[in-house]
Amino acid sequence: MAKELLKGNEAIAEAAIRSGLEAYFGYPITPQTELLEWLSKRMPELGRTFMQAESELAAINMVYGAACTGARVMTSSSSPGISLMMEGISYIAGTEVPVVLVDVMRAGPGLGNIAPAQSDYNQIVHGGGHGDFRPIVLAPASVQESIDLTVEAFELADRYRAIVVVLIDGSIGQMMEPAELPPMRHIDRQRPTWAVTGAKDRDRRILSSIYIDPENEEETNLRILERWKEIEANEMRYKEYYLEDAELVVVGFGTAGRVALSAVRAARAEGIPVGLLRPITVSPFPYARIKELSNLACGMLVVEMNTGQMLLDVQAAVGGKIPVEFYGRMGGVVPLPDEIHEEISRLCYEPVAPSADPRESWMDRMDLAKN
Amino acid sequence: MGLNPQVETVYKRPTTFTPATTHYCPGCTHGVAHRLVAEVLEEMNLQEKTIGVASVGCSVFAYNYFDCDFVEAAHGRAPAMATGIKRVLPDRIVFTYQGDGDLASIGMAEIVHSAARGENITAIFINNANYGMTGGQMAPTTLPGQKTTSSPMGRDIENNGFPIRTAEMLATLDGAGYIVRRSLHDPTNIRKAKKAIRLAFETQERGLGFSMVELLSTCPTNWGMNPIQSLQWIEEHMIPYFPLEDFKVSPILSQVRI
Repeated sequence: MAKELLKGNEAIAEAAIRSGLEAYFGYPITPQTELLEWLSKRMPELGRTFMQAESELAAINMVYGAACTGARVMTSSSSPGISLMMEGISYIAGTEVPVVLVDVMRAGPGLGNIAPAQSDYNQIVHGGGHGDFRPIVLAPASVQESIDLTVEAFELADRYRAIVVVLIDGSIGQMMEPAELPPMRHIDRQRPTWAVTGAKDRDRRILSSIYIDPENEEETNLRILERWKEIEANEMRYKEYYLEDAELVVVGFGTAGRVALSAVRAARAEGIPVGLLRPITVSPFPYARIKELSNLACGMLVVEMNTGQMLLDVQAAVGGKIPVEFYGRMGGVVPLPDEIHEEISRLCYEPVAPSADPRESWMDRMDLAKN
Repeated sequence: MGLNPQVETVYKRPTTFTPATTHYCPGCTHGVAHRLVAEVLEEMNLQEKTIGVASVGCSVFAYNYFDCDFVEAAHGRAPAMATGIKRVLPDRIVFTYQGDGDLASIGMAEIVHSAARGENITAIFINNANYGMTGGQMAPTTLPGQKTTSSPMGRDIENNGFPIRTAEMLATLDGAGYIVRRSLHDPTNIRKAKKAIRLAFETQERGLGFSMVELLSTCPTNWGMNPIQSLQWIEEHMIPYFPLEDFKVSPILSQVRI
């Protein structure tokens, strides 16, 4: 396939179709809506299911029902809508059925605004509703990567009977870039052995997240954890840039990671030995790799479009061994490469003492910049 | 036929039931409603193509009693889950079994929009005027003045407003094909209820849109009555507020002979 100029949201929608998406249920919300609109035209064209639900709550539960039939299903939303979907996400995890969810993040809390942010890291990576489970979360940084990871999301969801989230922010959803779509995949109509399809010529099947006997629920929690350990062992993904000889490591995912790469390149051009680690799976999180890097580097800088949500995971991995600094923009403000470059230079030339909460000095610098 | 060839079996356990004993309280009419649904599924030969959607409330374990494929929904979301199933498998029979807290309170949006879309599913709606599973709290169907554990002085309409007549409300929607209310308080009404459940599934089989049978049901344990008193209470108190009527019947159904 040739490269085309594609908008992030539409590229994800088309990639899902070509991955064999059989049913989509969603609800309009900016900055995600083009994804729903694209599917509203394409899915009926192909004789597949598209439905605009009455709410995100209904959408996720429709997806839940459709997933129980063993169909390839997806929904998408943006931060406030994802909050509403938390109930269904937990039930899907508890029932162990595969679902792909796209979260095109915007700024919050509350209504916030419709500008790009990474404010859902906690609600998705450490959240996903009540109970004991972890979703797989993929964080692309470009339109092409969004396409590739959408394709992969369906494979992972099926392989682990798990919920897989494609986590982007509004800027990736809205921007147009040259990218290549995968070829159309034939839909495999064979239903998995656990699917609920009507008990014809077989014993009946029940799909439920209820385990009324605490010992059975404990067993289920353990089974889900064991599967998670398998995911951690096999599905960890991250990208490394200029880390071979890096004394300073920048860590950022999605758009923040992409902007940080420009800053890292500019700093490298000045001779600063800096590199970038960009987690692709923010869940499972690359703790081990970050720990290794903390043995090689003398400082880390975490860059996010929030007030330091992933920061805590990086700190946990580093364990106080080297200073971890933080730079964030939020509320819908995207950091510029120059801002991150300045932080890199500061860390390189000014001694930094390890601190329990690097956000304190960052907040001071933010105040100075304002005044 | 057994030992005596003259003896004819006139009553037996439907094959659409599992051997499980239900967990329902003595005198509760959930068991009657379950049986009517099971009989209809058997008579219409739907067992192999039916997917049930259990809800949250006393009927949360409904999947243990019906011998067909089942899923268990979150509280109130059974119609959304049923929609997801039906849209992917349109030739299957999909039904929800929901109580009044589930369907008419937390799940009101889901049931209204399923009916409005003409979603080709069937909802069996148990109205027993309280939240049974959690111990008898006030429901959207609790009658004015009715005492519950969360309205100990009786439902105060100044504070809590009025009960919702769900069937009447859904019948205003063009997508609804069959909406009726029946009661389970005596044999005559039980027979009428069965006929209604049959017609609801016939509605779905014929693709005539959303169907719902609201069933006035007893809750002797939480009402603080014996089974007989609770049957009388339906007749004397519930039926005057919740009339037993056909609110919407697709004209095509008049041709259905059962």
